[in-house]
Amino acid sequence: MKIGVITFPGTLDDVDAQRAVRVGGNEAVALWHGDHDLQGVDAVILPGGFSYGDYLRCGAISRFAPIMTEVIEGAQKGLPVLGICNGFQMLVESHLLPGGLLRNDHLKFICRDQKLRIENTSTAWTSAFTKDQEIVVPLKNGEGQYVADADTIKRLEDEGRVVARYLDVNPNGSVNDIAGITNEAGNVVGLMPHPEHAVETLTGSGTDGLGFFTSLVEKTFA
Amino acid sequence: MPRVVVDVMPKPEILDPQGKAVLGALPRLGFTGVTEVRQGKRFELEIPEITDDALAQIEKLAETFLANTVIENYVVRVEEPAK
Repeated sequence: MKIGVITFPGTLDDVDAQRAVRVGGNEAVALWHGDHDLQGVDAVILPGGFSYGDYLRCGAISRFAPIMTEVIEGAQKGLPVLGICNGFQMLVESHLLPGGLLRNDHLKFICRDQKLRIENTSTAWTSAFTKDQEIVVPLKNGEGQYVADADTIKRLEDEGRVVARYLDVNPNGSVNDIAGITNEAGNVVGLMPHPEHAVETLTGSGTDGLGFFTSLVEKTFA
Repeated sequence: MPRVVVDVMPKPEILDPQGKAVLGALPRLGFTGVTEVRQGKRFELEIPEITDDALAQIEKLAETFLANTVIENYVVRVEEPAK
């Protein structure tokens, strides 16, 4: 499958995400924020970083990048979209996912190997995991505190739309230890931790993140 | 040039970690008696002329861009020119 990885001004993790896509057995296609063209990809990754210097709000300016017109339109029609960290922030700013991401409650940038539980394995990006599988992947953010109003949180919980939950420690004050969520259809997933940094044993905390990059194939041929 | 000010504040029910940090620093600096600090943003927009159409546009850009209404409230007001 062809998976597009979009580079915005200030994106950092696009190359790692492309590499993770290839390690996962798919073809990575570099996409540019300023184009109105998804180049026929089967899925899109919005990678991490500090697009537009995080000015205004994280992801707020990128959300209006030319290519986001096609991403939002595609996502509404079922195109699989994965937003990691800054990409998650873009997805909430685009209202493709509910809620918002605030400054960490302790106000410090955090960088650690984070234990997570994958609770929803029916999304386009998590079908390679087993339900409630525990994984460890790097987490690095300053504004990762997930918040939403009580009704939204209840809906996410009731509908099983919490994809990943922090275990052991809540690193940023997120409501209900939420690390990642999905939309109703399960094609759009956003998460703060970085699975793309954990796909090879040579670097990172292990290969626990790989499932995010092999799920699409499994789902297609399942 | 007429100026329109947009104030953006975190919603009351949303925790404001930055405001809390400022509040926490006050006693250390010898300032007492402040019980709450909320930190927001102020945007100053200059336009050639105040018209209903211009204000409607600013209202729209405030709602869709300057503020994220999931977590923030905003107020648009015309600033009176200094005498």
